[in-house]
Amino acid sequence: MKAAVLVFPGSNCDHDAYHALKYVAGVDAEFVWHKQSSLAGFDAVVVPGGFTYGDYLRTGALAKLSPVMGAVKRFAGEGGPVIGICNGFQILLEAGLLPGAMIVNGSLHFVCDYVYLAAETSRTPFTGRIPPGSILKVPVAHYQGNYFADEKTLFSLEERGQVVFRYCTPDGRITEDANPNGSARNIAGICNEAGNVLGMMPHPERCAEAVLGSEDGRQVFDSMVSWLKERGK
Amino acid sequence: MKAKIFVTLKKGVLDPQGKAIHASLTHLGIGGVEDVRVGKFMELTLKETGRDEARMRLEEACRRLLANTVIEDYRIEIEG
Repeated sequence: MKAAVLVFPGSNCDHDAYHALKYVAGVDAEFVWHKQSSLAGFDAVVVPGGFTYGDYLRTGALAKLSPVMGAVKRFAGEGGPVIGICNGFQILLEAGLLPGAMIVNGSLHFVCDYVYLAAETSRTPFTGRIPPGSILKVPVAHYQGNYFADEKTLFSLEERGQVVFRYCTPDGRITEDANPNGSARNIAGICNEAGNVLGMMPHPERCAEAVLGSEDGRQVFDSMVSWLKERGK
Repeated sequence: MKAKIFVTLKKGVLDPQGKAIHASLTHLGIGGVEDVRVGKFMELTLKETGRDEARMRLEEACRRLLANTVIEDYRIEIEG
């Protein structure tokens, strides 16, 4: 079982993701430079957070054109598990692997804080061990995490069970006050229709060990390990 | 040959920056402004070529990179 952690110019959560995979979840992990055009030999892909290309033009807009993204599209197309965290989520949106786009936070502030997430589906490789209705305490750190999609897309995301996480109160209520950035319908994470590609703004890799303030994020990586094991990886 | 590209947020997409600027204009005492929308302006210098071909190329550039058509509209002006 081997996971790829992509590294773009400006990635800055790559080492956190690597640490969570290797030393917490116990997965063999390897950094993959964005100029590589193959993901042969990998069973899962993490697109980590950061500020790829300094967020020039739009967040993730330049990173989507890196050679490795062609390989990510093929990998995802074959059903391989892909998770994009924060800037990684923004890259997956720009690359068209997930629907919608990110705009500036409604508050115009960079938000760096712990938030609560209500989990809605365990059908992704990263949430298999997180029963729907679970509440996770996970940090966010972003300026452009205000999820936007037109009404038709939002309807279809909900209809097809593609909303994976929503911002909620500590007791699980989906309220405006619990929404740190103004995201449509409190959306914090979505998956593609097949369920194998997940994008989320909060950082599970930053809260995978109790010493960090929460170990709820660990469940994302443990789910991935179980999913791969079940498939003989 | 120069081309100007204007990228603006679509109608209905919230523009918090525009809202903040609007409020600041009001604080300055500059009244009569109903709304502010912030966009991007890019100037591209092109090799001499036919206008139609240039427009086609720029359309593709906007669709594939310069604008995100989920949230943005674009307008192309070719000079000369």
